[in-house]
Amino acid sequence: MLIRTDRGYTHPHSSEITPRAVYERRRDFLKLMAGGVAGVGLAGWATREALAATVAPGKLARLPGAASREPGAMAADPLTPYKDVTTYNNFYEFGTDKASPALKAGTLRTRPWTVSVEGAIAKPGVFGIEELLKLAPMEERIYRLRCVEGWSMVIPWVGFPLRELIKRVQPTGNAKFVQFVTLADERQMPGIRSRVLPWPYSEGLRLDEAMHPLTLLTFGLYGEVLPNQNGAPVRLVVPWKYGFKSAKSLAKIRFVESKPATSWETVGPQEYGFYSNVNPDVDHPRWSQASERRIGEDGLFQRKRRTELFNGYGPQVASLYAGMDLKKNF
Amino acid sequence: MARIRFAKLLQHPVAKPLVFAAALSPFAWLAWAAFANALGANPAEALIRSTGDWTLRFLALTLAVTPLRVITGQNQLLRFRRMLGLFTFFYGTVHVLSYSGFDMGFYWGDIVRDIVKRPFILAGFSALLLMAPLAATSFNRAIRAMGAKRWQGLHRLIYVVAPVALLHFWWMRAGKNDFAEPAVYIAIIGVLLGWRVWRRWQDEMKGTRMKDSVPFIRSGSTRTT
Repeated sequence: MLIRTDRGYTHPHSSEITPRAVYERRRDFLKLMAGGVAGVGLAGWATREALAATVAPGKLARLPGAASREPGAMAADPLTPYKDVTTYNNFYEFGTDKASPALKAGTLRTRPWTVSVEGAIAKPGVFGIEELLKLAPMEERIYRLRCVEGWSMVIPWVGFPLRELIKRVQPTGNAKFVQFVTLADERQMPGIRSRVLPWPYSEGLRLDEAMHPLTLLTFGLYGEVLPNQNGAPVRLVVPWKYGFKSAKSLAKIRFVESKPATSWETVGPQEYGFYSNVNPDVDHPRWSQASERRIGEDGLFQRKRRTELFNGYGPQVASLYAGMDLKKNF
Repeated sequence: MARIRFAKLLQHPVAKPLVFAAALSPFAWLAWAAFANALGANPAEALIRSTGDWTLRFLALTLAVTPLRVITGQNQLLRFRRMLGLFTFFYGTVHVLSYSGFDMGFYWGDIVRDIVKRPFILAGFSALLLMAPLAATSFNRAIRAMGAKRWQGLHRLIYVVAPVALLHFWWMRAGKNDFAEPAVYIAIIGVLLGWRVWRRWQDEMKGTRMKDSVPFIRSGSTRTT
């Protein structure tokens, strides 16, 4: 029978009592532990500067890049999963459904590949992809990508600033704009048969926008070469503009004097402006641009997050548009 | 022979529950996929789009009942028209709720502003509103209380709902200059509505008044022919 009778308060042995000096150090101990944990975290943060922050998924050829030191180039947002980045794409050359580029872009041949750089430049020429890859050191850059459709991702790109190429080809005084032209080959790209857009896909930037250090000539993502559906083998990434400005699978880069006709502006001039800077205050006629859904992160039942002017890259790029009416020049 | 056998099939007591289950299965799949996280990278967009697609599909199925009945002579098909119509309204309602909840976070102020500001949303919303009185008067007692003529007059609203719903889809895709899918729905629903116009025209040529399809009341109750 286990019946305990109450014997009142049982005093511990004196040897079991924590000495006053020790228990008063309890808080110091907690502080020390907390500091240690934060220290481990900070160490990770610090190495982020030195090493690429991403783990390659092991699907394609490796293309490592050193973490960029450019201000604004390493977004602290959690990365969008590789699967979402590579299966939810707008690449109309492979169909208008966002699932179809991943299914159909296997027909794209990325070797051999050349990019013709032409127009108002001192040194025009046709660059082979291997030559382009060696033009400047590869950097990893973690950019937010905001689609005009109201969703966003965070993607670790690999590439180098487009300005490295621009400096090499030496624009003349007549070069005011840069046009980017995507490959348009019906045999490789089944979507070309549809008349959704005027082909080849064409985009453009002002020369100073193209020269901005955040404008990235991109060859890879997640530490590997670009999957075809993401615009292999070389594409543009302009993080403060809506995604469609970042032309994929580039065949031609032209330096021109007047504003080039872009595909989307040709189709819907009231809906897609030449600048297309991310701007929560300028609605698309069919939907508000005030908020966005972060793919892979914001749950179905979560309120969409606020969209930032210039996609949060205002400190780096706002000066490009000083004195401009952003509502008129949308 | 085959025709009679088919008519018997349509009359079979499990025919209606089976059609009901089949009609509900897209919703069941979407609901499961939403909770199992199987809707892809953008589940909100997937839900809004597919419920919209299913609304149009059920609208087409509902409008197909009368032409099919007349062409095949299978009058028993009429037994399914009300259910299909109600499913159109059901998927339309889920579509609007998905948009309101998953896209707009149930912020009613934002939703009202959106409806007023954007013609394509206004069109879609109007189509659902116009369907509401049809759904509300779909039961037998409403038919009897209204009288067949007036009931039928009211239910011709579906001929307004269909083009407005198609316009909604067309305008929505106009933003992307992508009309392939809307064109398919316009072609199908256009044929179904065009058949009605053609038949009325034929009847007028013959000098006879067209015998309209009558409201169908569940077997066992009095018909209002």
